Amino acid sequence: MISKDKYWKINLKYLIILLSIWFLVSFGFGILFVDTLNQIKIKGFKLGFWFAQQGAIYVFVVLIFVYVFLMNRLDKKFKEKN
Amino acid sequence: MDLQFWIWTAVGISFSIYIGIAIWSRASSTSEFYVAGTGVSPIANGMATAADWMSAASFISMAGLISFMGYDGSVYLMGWTGGYVLLALLLAPYLRKFGKFTVPDFIGDRYYSNVARAVAVFCALIVSFTYIAGQMRGVGVVFSRYLEVDINTGVYIGMAIVLFYAVLGGMKGITYTQVAQYCVLIFAYMLPAIFISFMMTGNIIPQVGFGSEGQDGVYLLDKLDGLHRELGFTEYTLGEKSTLDLLFIMSALMVGTAGLPHVIVRFFTVKKVSDARKSAGWALLFIAVLYTTAPAVAVFSRTNFIQTINNKIYSNLPNWFEKWESTGLIKFDDKNQDGIVKYVADSSLNELTVDADIMTLANPEIAQLPNWVIGIMAAGALAAALSTAAGLLLVISSSVSHDLIKRIINPSVSEKNELLAARVSAFGAVIMAGYFGINPPGFVAATVALAFGLAAASFFPAIVLGIFYKRMNKEGVISGMIVGILLMLFYMTKFKFDWFGGGTESDWWFGISPEGFGTVAMITNFLVSFIVSKYTKAPPENISKLVEDIRIPNMNDS
Repeated sequence: MISKDKYWKINLKYLIILLSIWFLVSFGFGILFVDTLNQIKIKGFKLGFWFAQQGAIYVFVVLIFVYVFLMNRLDKKFKEKN
Repeated sequence: MDLQFWIWTAVGISFSIYIGIAIWSRASSTSEFYVAGTGVSPIANGMATAADWMSAASFISMAGLISFMGYDGSVYLMGWTGGYVLLALLLAPYLRKFGKFTVPDFIGDRYYSNVARAVAVFCALIVSFTYIAGQMRGVGVVFSRYLEVDINTGVYIGMAIVLFYAVLGGMKGITYTQVAQYCVLIFAYMLPAIFISFMMTGNIIPQVGFGSEGQDGVYLLDKLDGLHRELGFTEYTLGEKSTLDLLFIMSALMVGTAGLPHVIVRFFTVKKVSDARKSAGWALLFIAVLYTTAPAVAVFSRTNFIQTINNKIYSNLPNWFEKWESTGLIKFDDKNQDGIVKYVADSSLNELTVDADIMTLANPEIAQLPNWVIGIMAAGALAAALSTAAGLLLVISSSVSHDLIKRIINPSVSEKNELLAARVSAFGAVIMAGYFGINPPGFVAATVALAFGLAAASFFPAIVLGIFYKRMNKEGVISGMIVGILLMLFYMTKFKFDWFGGGTESDWWFGISPEGFGTVAMITNFLVSFIVSKYTKAPPENISKLVEDIRIPNMNDS
C-alpha cells in the first residue's frame, strides 16, 4: 500500500543505510581505523589488515544482495497497490 | 608431454570455443548488437561483467602488485570491488529502467541536449581508448610470454580473434564468449592458488590459508613481516602511503569503476530492473573470487620467493630462476661478487630487480606444478585480456554508430545501415587499438589506472545527478563534465607526461597522487554542476516526468 513518493523515500532510506555500511567497512575499517583494529588479532590476521584485503570485499557482496532482497520486497508491495 | 604442447592445446581449445560461440550467437539487429536483445539472464550477465571487468592486468599483475605494496595494495582490492556497490545501488537499476543502448543515450536524453550527448561521447571515447591500448598490449605480452612468439605477432593474433567475435556477434556474441572466458580464467587462477595454499599451509582455501600457520608453525603473515623487517622493507601488513592519499585513490577507483561505460552498458543487457540489481550482485561475487584470492597469492609467493632466493648461492638456484632471467623479468647483479643473491630494501646493496608480474607467471614453476597447469594459465590470461578488449571495442563502436551517427548526425539512418556502421566502426576501433598495442605510447601502463580517474571525473556525477536530482539541467551538467574531465586530463598529463611544466611528488596538490586525483576532479564536477544549475533555467516539465519514471520499476515486470 504505497505511493510513488513513498516508494522513492523508502528506497533512499535503504541507500543511506547500506552506503553508510559500505563506507564504514572500506574507508573506516580498511583505512581510517586500521591501526586500532590491527591491535586485535584473529588467527594470523591483524583485523584491520584483514578488513582491507578480505573483509570489506565480503561485506560489499552481502550489501548488494541485501539491497536486492529489500527492493524486491518493496517492488512487490508497490505493485500490489497499483 | 612438453610445456609448449600443453599451452597450445589449452589455448587452441579455448579459442575454438569462443569462435564457436561467436558464430552461434551472431547479432542480426541493432538491439542484439548493442545490448544482446536485453535477454541475458542475471547470472550470465554477472559472469560476463566479471570477465569484462577483469583484464590481463587483474589476472597477471594484481597479485604481484599487492605482494610488492603489502597493505597499501588494499586500496586496489577495495577500490575495484567497492565500485560495484555504487553501481548496484546508484546507477544500474535506473539506467536499465531508462532502457536505451548507451551511456551517452542517457545523458543526451536526460539533459535534453545534443551538446551534452556529444560531450558524453567524447568522454566515453577518451576513457575507452586509454583503457584498450593497455589491453591490446597485454594480449601481445601474454602471447609472447607463453607462446614464444614476437609481441607484435601476438597483438595481430589477438586483433584477429577479437575482430571476429566482436564484429560478427556484437554485444550478444561478446556476452556469451565472456561467460566462457570467465570460466576459463577463474579456473586458471584458482588452480595454482589452491595448490600453493595447500603446499604452504595445508589449507586448500587460499583466503583462509594466508592467515594460517606455515609448516614451521609460525603464522605466515608474521613470518613475512619478520622477513621484511630483516631485509629493511616496511612491514608487509603496514603501509607507507599517507592516509589521505589512500582515501583519495580508493574513492577514485570506486567511483571510476561505477562510471566506466563498458561496465555500465553490461546492465542494459538484462531483462528488467530487478535483474540489473541482481546481476550486479552476481558480478561482484564472481569478481570477489579472484580479488580475495589475489592477496593470498601475493603473500604465498612473496614469502616463497624471499625464502628461495635471498642469501642463496646463485649457481644453486632452481631452474625457473634462469628461465625468467632470460625474459628480463628478474635481474641479478652481483655487486659484491660473492656469488650470493642479496635481496634487501637498501638499493645500494640490493642485487635483485624483480618485475611484479613474475609473482603470478612464475608461480606454478616455483610451486613445481605440472605443465598442464601452466597451459591452462596461459589460456586464462588470454581470456582475461581478450574479454576486456572486446567489451571496450563495443563501447567505442556504439559511441560512433549509435550516439554520433544515429542520434546526432543522421537520425533517419535505417537499422540495417546503422548495424553496418556499428560493424565498420568496431573494425576501425580494432585497427586503432592494435596500432597502440604495437606502438605503445610509453605511458600505457600509467594511463590504464588513470582511465578510472577520467571516468570518475566525467560520467559518475552526470549520471547520479540525472537520477537523484531533478532540478539538474543541461547547463550544469555540461559545464561539470567539461571542467571535470579537463581538470583530470591536466593533472594527469602534468605529473605523468611532464606537460604544463611537469612536476614531482612534492608538487602534488594537497599531496594527492594523480591516481587519487579523480576524486578531486569528481568533487569539482559536482560543485560546478550545482553552482551553474542554480543560476540557469530549470529543466522542462517532461524531464521531471522522465526522472520520476526511471525511479519506479515497470508495472508489468513480474
